[in-house]
Amino acid sequence: MFDLLSGALNKAYRAIVGQKVLTEANVEDGIRAVRQALLEADVNFAVARDFIEDVKQRALGQDVLKAVDPGQQFIKVVHDALTALLGGEKVGLPVAPQGPLVLMLAGLQGSGKTTTCGKLARWLKEEKKKNPLLVAADLQRPAAVDQLATLGKQLGIEVFTDRSGAAAPEVCVRGVEHAKRLMHDVVILDTAGRLHIDDELMAELADVQARTKPHGVLLVCDAMLGQDAVNSAKVFHERLPIWGVVLTKTDGDARGGAALSIKKVTGRPILFCGSGEKLDDLEEFDPPRMAGRILGMGDVVSLVEKAQSVIDEKQAEKEAKRLLKGQFDFEDFLRQVGMLKRLGPLKKVLGMLPGVGQALKEIDFDDKRFKRVEAMIQSMTVKERRHPDIIDIERRRRIAKGSGNELQAVHELIKQFKTMQKMMSQLGKGGFGGLAGLGGAGGFGDLPGPMGGPGLGGPGFGGPGSGGGSGKPQRPQSGNDAFRDFMRGRKR
Amino acid sequence: MVFGKLFAGLEKTRKKLAAGLARLFGGGRKLDEAFLDELEEVLYGADLGPTGSKIVEELKHAWQRRELEETAQVPAFLRERLLARLRDAEAGLARAASGPTVILVVGVNGSGKTTSIAKLARRLQLDGRKVLLGAGDTFRAAAVEQLTLWADRLGIGIVKQATGADPAAVAFDACAAAKARGIDVLILDTAGRLHTQKNLMDELGKVVRVVQKQIPGAPHEVLQVLDATTGQNAIRQAKEFGAVAGVTGLVLAKMDGTAKGGAVLGIRAEVPLPVKFIGVGEGIDDLEPFSAEDFVDAILTFGRGGAVPS
Repeated sequence: MFDLLSGALNKAYRAIVGQKVLTEANVEDGIRAVRQALLEADVNFAVARDFIEDVKQRALGQDVLKAVDPGQQFIKVVHDALTALLGGEKVGLPVAPQGPLVLMLAGLQGSGKTTTCGKLARWLKEEKKKNPLLVAADLQRPAAVDQLATLGKQLGIEVFTDRSGAAAPEVCVRGVEHAKRLMHDVVILDTAGRLHIDDELMAELADVQARTKPHGVLLVCDAMLGQDAVNSAKVFHERLPIWGVVLTKTDGDARGGAALSIKKVTGRPILFCGSGEKLDDLEEFDPPRMAGRILGMGDVVSLVEKAQSVIDEKQAEKEAKRLLKGQFDFEDFLRQVGMLKRLGPLKKVLGMLPGVGQALKEIDFDDKRFKRVEAMIQSMTVKERRHPDIIDIERRRRIAKGSGNELQAVHELIKQFKTMQKMMSQLGKGGFGGLAGLGGAGGFGDLPGPMGGPGLGGPGFGGPGSGGGSGKPQRPQSGNDAFRDFMRGRKR
Repeated sequence: MVFGKLFAGLEKTRKKLAAGLARLFGGGRKLDEAFLDELEEVLYGADLGPTGSKIVEELKHAWQRRELEETAQVPAFLRERLLARLRDAEAGLARAASGPTVILVVGVNGSGKTTSIAKLARRLQLDGRKVLLGAGDTFRAAAVEQLTLWADRLGIGIVKQATGADPAAVAFDACAAAKARGIDVLILDTAGRLHTQKNLMDELGKVVRVVQKQIPGAPHEVLQVLDATTGQNAIRQAKEFGAVAGVTGLVLAKMDGTAKGGAVLGIRAEVPLPVKFIGVGEGIDDLEPFSAEDFVDAILTFGRGGAVPS
């Protein structure tokens, strides 16, 4: 999501970057481009107008005009304004003073409420160690109750259903009582989708709220919404004050303008983004980071967090030490590939890197390449893995055959591996102090290059130059090229 | 009458939300740059996107050439320009020369495919056609159950497999059943998918190929269901689904809200697809043939510039 907005904004400030002096005239050019980008991204026009005014005020301040690098300053101004528009700091779920936390999901038809209920319950269970109860109170759409029940079964989370014919508010009350009896600490109420102008159904929603007193009402909104987003969000917020917004289907190429507008008209933050078909595709929304992503500044913080969640720190430290001594072998390589795989689809991971998002747009990554690499290494004997030097042409042939690959692929793998090994030992002799690559929890923070240096570009995939050997920051592009070559294979 | 239904649905909200065009044309305003700017915003608020800007540009030229001079002439001008963009947008459903007519229904998640299918089946049934449903959404939990419930309510047949089955296999079975049972119209549901998900789009392509192979000339219609609240992303959706599934027409769902479905104009600027039906309510009978005139009148009568944040 946000890619196109990001692209247009890039264009906007390219007009300013490189200018020696920031004048009212060239700021005006940049601003016009920003406005156009916002409008094309479905940002509500009134919101866009205010935003532009905000940027103008900030940009034309004295500080900016005297700044050494006006282009960078302008980017920062837009970034700050965008962060403010997206909601300043990150906001979490409400807290229940006592008893279970009651959350109520509401929204238009087809916005993704039921799926979000499942994702949110999973997130609470897995990330927050909670014991949630889902309450199936969408009694309008045929089989919606079955849908939630199925999701609950998949997730191992209890779903409260009531097929007695009771109305939705009553079902919700019973669900909350059930949760109290069974000591659930979170209750998530799934309600039927409805139009904001359907008075009868909106009254029902208000009734659910009055009788269950949820600690937070979450409005579920489709990222593809157009101009009408502000109308529906506003009416929902008037009828039952919402705690925050969950933005769904953000894995498409919608420009996400509605998200900016909804925050503005309701004054309530976006809490989560649904980002894929799978039940673990739910991300906490972080305004400054999202602003960074929109501006193509990457989201290294999210990436590091993601990396940390799949990486065993002790193991990583041990590995980092071995790496620096030049003891990097195919078994290390295999583990690294495994870790990268657990990070999720490569394109998604790489999209978080600064400057990479735009470059990646047209590239079709083949995550199967990981599998091929794994297959090749697994076709090696333990001795070969530990002592790659002994892999001669006969062994290569056998490995190729054993893993179902062409001989050329094995050649390439070994060549890449050797380059990397060489790079590692150079690093050990006094490159980056804190290098641990992807393996090290602190790795990213310590690396000077925006690419994360040998983090992603190194162990695993760097061709020559991708990781950098001398401690100089690398241009994101070079790492990206190496990645691309790797993922595509040379033959494609 | 669609217009009546739209009007009824909007009555309350219409009063509440500032009626942009009414405000613009009321009170004897002068036709000037400021008026044109506001008009552009109002059209933009109906999700017309760049098409709105183009129309305002045309209006500006006409004004500069003195073809029209006051605001009272503007509504007729807009109406004419909008209708020009919807020429040939009204179209009926294609029919197989012989054997079953196959209608494949596609769209992004939550656009309203399954409900639209139920409504469409109902219409065809009232027309005296023998209808069969194919439960091709084997991905979403309980999607098969949802369509089955509709089939039971309507008393029509349904071909289905368990959730998780290959949708192409369901399509194969459904085509075979349609031929064997002497069905007039087979309506095939598919799982909602974002047009950016390559694998899922490939899967859809496979469903189309299976149908083509089973019944020559099929699918006779590939209807893309579009949520009327969708913004400019609708254009990309139409392009991608068009490329993969050969979309032959749109169904504009959820037109009973305050959204205008103006994205249709943006789509038509790039892909000249007809709009076959619009969904105007939650009831089984709330599916109407598209009327360009009603659609344009709805945009012009209730068009707003969107709520202004306070």
